[in-house]
Amino acid sequence: MKPINAVEGRAIPLGLKNCDTDVIIPAHFLKVITRDGLGKNAFEAIRAQPGNVFDDPEYAGANILIGGDNFGCGSSREHAAWALNDMGIDAVIAPSFSDIFSGNAFKNGILTVVLPQEAVDRLLEVAKTQPISVELEGQTVTTPFQDRFRFEIDPFRKYCLLNGLDEVGMTLARDSAIGAFEEKMAAERPWL
Amino acid sequence: MSAKPRTLYEKIWDAHVVERRDDGTCLIYIDRHLLHEVTSPQAFEALRIAGRKLRRPDLTLAVADHNLPTTPRVDASGKRLPITDPDSKIQLAELEKNVAEFGVPYIDAIAPEQGIVHVVGPEQGYSLPGATIVCGDSHTSAHGGMGALAFGIGTSEVEHVMATQTLQLTPSKTMEIRVDGKLGEGVTPKDVVLHIIGTIGAAGGTGYVIEYTGNVFREMSIEGRLTVSNMSIEGGARAGLIAPDEVTFAYLSDKPMAPKGEAWAKAIAWWKTLPTDPGAHYDKVVVIDAADIAPCLTWGTSPEDVVPIDGVVPDPMSFADPAKQIAAQKSLDYMGLTPGTRMEDIPVENIFIGSCTNSRIEDLRAAAVVVRGRKLAPNIRQALIVPGSGLVKRQAEAEGLDRVFLDAGFEWREPGCSMCLAMNPDKVPPGERCASTSNRNFVGRQGPRSRTHLVSPAMAAAAAVTGRLADVRKLERMA
Repeated sequence: MKPINAVEGRAIPLGLKNCDTDVIIPAHFLKVITRDGLGKNAFEAIRAQPGNVFDDPEYAGANILIGGDNFGCGSSREHAAWALNDMGIDAVIAPSFSDIFSGNAFKNGILTVVLPQEAVDRLLEVAKTQPISVELEGQTVTTPFQDRFRFEIDPFRKYCLLNGLDEVGMTLARDSAIGAFEEKMAAERPWL
Repeated sequence: MSAKPRTLYEKIWDAHVVERRDDGTCLIYIDRHLLHEVTSPQAFEALRIAGRKLRRPDLTLAVADHNLPTTPRVDASGKRLPITDPDSKIQLAELEKNVAEFGVPYIDAIAPEQGIVHVVGPEQGYSLPGATIVCGDSHTSAHGGMGALAFGIGTSEVEHVMATQTLQLTPSKTMEIRVDGKLGEGVTPKDVVLHIIGTIGAAGGTGYVIEYTGNVFREMSIEGRLTVSNMSIEGGARAGLIAPDEVTFAYLSDKPMAPKGEAWAKAIAWWKTLPTDPGAHYDKVVVIDAADIAPCLTWGTSPEDVVPIDGVVPDPMSFADPAKQIAAQKSLDYMGLTPGTRMEDIPVENIFIGSCTNSRIEDLRAAAVVVRGRKLAPNIRQALIVPGSGLVKRQAEAEGLDRVFLDAGFEWREPGCSMCLAMNPDKVPPGERCASTSNRNFVGRQGPRSRTHLVSPAMAAAAAVTGRLADVRKLERMA
């Protein structure tokens, strides 16, 4: 996983409450055995509508997405995070995220920023014309208009994102503790 | 034993902590890991690249469900028929290759036990009370109906569990949803959970694990409990829980993978210690009167868009939240509905009875009661009954339910996820409407431009024989 700190650039002002992972990447595109190439099929139903934000040249090359409340709800498919990766999205800002999606995003080096609805509404407005800056170290989102919003993030996730850490490798280093737990369980709960 | 009263969730959590860090994050041991073909290939590939193995293949169980066509899988001579969709074929072959290479127990596509992972786990006795159960599928929450802490994970977490048999997790908040009283006529477990989601909202449970309490759940069968817990994720909660009790033990007593003999006695003794202690604290409590729950269904494109069947399509402006007003208008445009239309006046062309929510034997029995002696309405173009597993299918056939459905004009299919998610040939055609016993009414969920109304099996059956969304209570009186 690549380390991530500052994300600066144009943001796609999607908004949209309850944007689920079927909307992000529909099931018929999940028949893949790699993580690559999902971006071109992302948000298929929205992209079928003329004048949608994803095909608007104004937001070409955007690396931030601004969503609505409960972003990423629904299916656990990590393909949603892979699709955003493939689109070049490094950060998603929303009033709230589903638990599974925010975990999947984190594990793919995508920063999920939770801000109050008012702040998100302001950013949706700014994003129409100006770039936005997200800074993980200082936990702030800023705009060229001097807006400054602070966000909270789990300290462990922040540490992993800043350092690009491989969680599987970190846990494998705890092998002896896991082994000891298994021995204890074999005695206490042998039916498992 | 801790002196402080604990909830069911806290007890299961505490029993699985391998290590606890100062910031509260815990390394949690995973007892059961279900795999299917869609969310596992990239995890196996990552292991292969890193030269890693599965730590505990013996705790893992794989079965294909999402991609498999539900048409016959063998020809008259018993020879396996090929999968025609090339991408599905590759993904299914990849699973078979991976389970062989990594030594994972596997139920193959033509085994009598094959089915949807969340139907197979409980009916095999693989899913047990007090266990931690994960799967790369959000409806893993279903197994909470057995009193297990069960939740969906992404593919990176699938890889993490494969390699370490653990997950790094922070504890969730706890929400009690208590439903006491007597359920009205025609009200099924599906109606109960739809009503709950309509009450708390699609994000109401985000950050929480829900425990369902009250006499309504105590009196519910395991099948019903699995239906309720299954849809916890549609209320935003990664997991749901229903305390194990005599109903749970009786259900498990004859299941092939459940503990036997001395281990069974020891297991029951521990399971009986799991229910929430009197005085334990929940972070949030929601109380619902059973009498307030009607047979209900969805009108929009979020599972929170719930109305009673005798209600009408709501006016978007009736919602207080401006974001919901916009979302509701978009939903109505997509669904092709106008505010004020009576739900019972909405015609449907497709019927789907199946999915990990409602494809167990009780669900098929409930649908058959309504269908028996009736025919599909002339405007129904497609009506599928898709049993959740081969065992459910055989049981239904032994009870003659297949004849009831076939005589009415339904198709009787092989087990799989089918029309729930449009990853296999079963789809709702563009612009058409479906009364579906599945769990998600999202835009495009059952196929591009498909329009889904989530209902119980009895209500899907009522829609099938009337050709419109129908109140099962009135239908039964007509009979």
